[in-house]
Amino acid sequence: MAKPRVEPTHNTRRENFFATQIHSKQITHSLFQTHRIRKPLFDIHASNMYIDPHIHMVSRTTDDYARMAAAGCVAVTEPAFWAGFDRSSAAGFHDYFRQLTESEPRRAAAYGIAHHAWICINPKEAEDHGFAREVMSMIPEFLSRPNVLGVGEIGLNRNSKTELAVFEEHLEIAARHDSLVLIHTPHLEDKLKGTRLILDAIAAHGKINPARILVDHVEEHTVRMVLERGMWAGMTLYPDTKCTAARAVDIMEMHGTERIWINSAGDWGHSDPLAVPKAVVTMRARGHTTADIHKISFENPRAFLSQSGNFSVNAPRPTIS
Amino acid sequence: MTTPAGTPPLDRKTLIDLGFIDARAKVLDIAAFLDRLDRAPGADAPTDFRVEAIRAALLIALDAGPTRAERILKSWSDPTTEPVTRSDGKAARGAHPQHKA
Repeated sequence: MAKPRVEPTHNTRRENFFATQIHSKQITHSLFQTHRIRKPLFDIHASNMYIDPHIHMVSRTTDDYARMAAAGCVAVTEPAFWAGFDRSSAAGFHDYFRQLTESEPRRAAAYGIAHHAWICINPKEAEDHGFAREVMSMIPEFLSRPNVLGVGEIGLNRNSKTELAVFEEHLEIAARHDSLVLIHTPHLEDKLKGTRLILDAIAAHGKINPARILVDHVEEHTVRMVLERGMWAGMTLYPDTKCTAARAVDIMEMHGTERIWINSAGDWGHSDPLAVPKAVVTMRARGHTTADIHKISFENPRAFLSQSGNFSVNAPRPTIS
Repeated sequence: MTTPAGTPPLDRKTLIDLGFIDARAKVLDIAAFLDRLDRAPGADAPTDFRVEAIRAALLIALDAGPTRAERILKSWSDPTTEPVTRSDGKAARGAHPQHKA
């Protein structure tokens, strides 16, 4: 089938609109034919499909799953995180890891969304080194579960010595199990220093291919150093404390679309589980092509996550529990 | 990307049309926030480093240099390089007390 020609530049919204229509058909054909993706439960045009590669669905309602599915979400990945309060025992984490690997995939499948998880003790609960080690000892048991992609979200929160030591031990677990790694970088004034400490620790550890590491929550002052080291960069779309959609699009314009993705990191706090499709709307308004939009919101996360054999954009058949 | 890195697909006039009202609202919010602080009791208290960080950032936003957002984020960042002995709490504050203008 001859591919329609798409002009390389689009300086007006009108021109871009027509190019978008043409390119959508190309992408639809490519997706369903080349990747053999099963159509989702909702009738979604393939170029509107997206992956939210970082969202904490245990904190979200079932209505959010319905809204995300209707907006085109076909897959999510859920890193282990701080639930808003400190768990008092390792058994509490064991229950949480079961929720991520047993309960949440079923909940997502009911809406045609493939659910995947990352396992770790997050840095906000890692200040007690002995406790952290107790939790980390359970990670290998869960890395073999069918929806688990790797170790995450590990990293630093307030850049303490213990957080750093626990981070290094997580890296060693990931290296031993040849797992992908998803990294949380600190918030606000701690981000720049914490990102540097994290990248230096990865370099010193040296056992994990940078192409198998995603460093999340990058902003204007940290994205370059992550990409320059050969890792993937995640931009989190938060209303106040991370990237707005407008700034994420700026970063994409300045740093390109290679090894970069967007996510909502939706959780129990001020966040938006529809942040990814809303950013897609911003990209369209800003004159970006459907190809670039699809790359950022679908192809790039799919490419990184597919390095784990457990990743799929096809949700399992819904089951009644 | 269909345009050179750093160049938005839309021209300057279209970007102004698209973003002016939003930027206008944000500028007003900042001005109103500073007015609110001036009206509030406690004006004789020591200056809060977070408010000073905002004032310093506004100077960066008004200069003619590139990468203003990146430079503002750097100005608010912890300038130290070594890990701290122990975390002093879970939440960051948004700007470091030793922030640089």
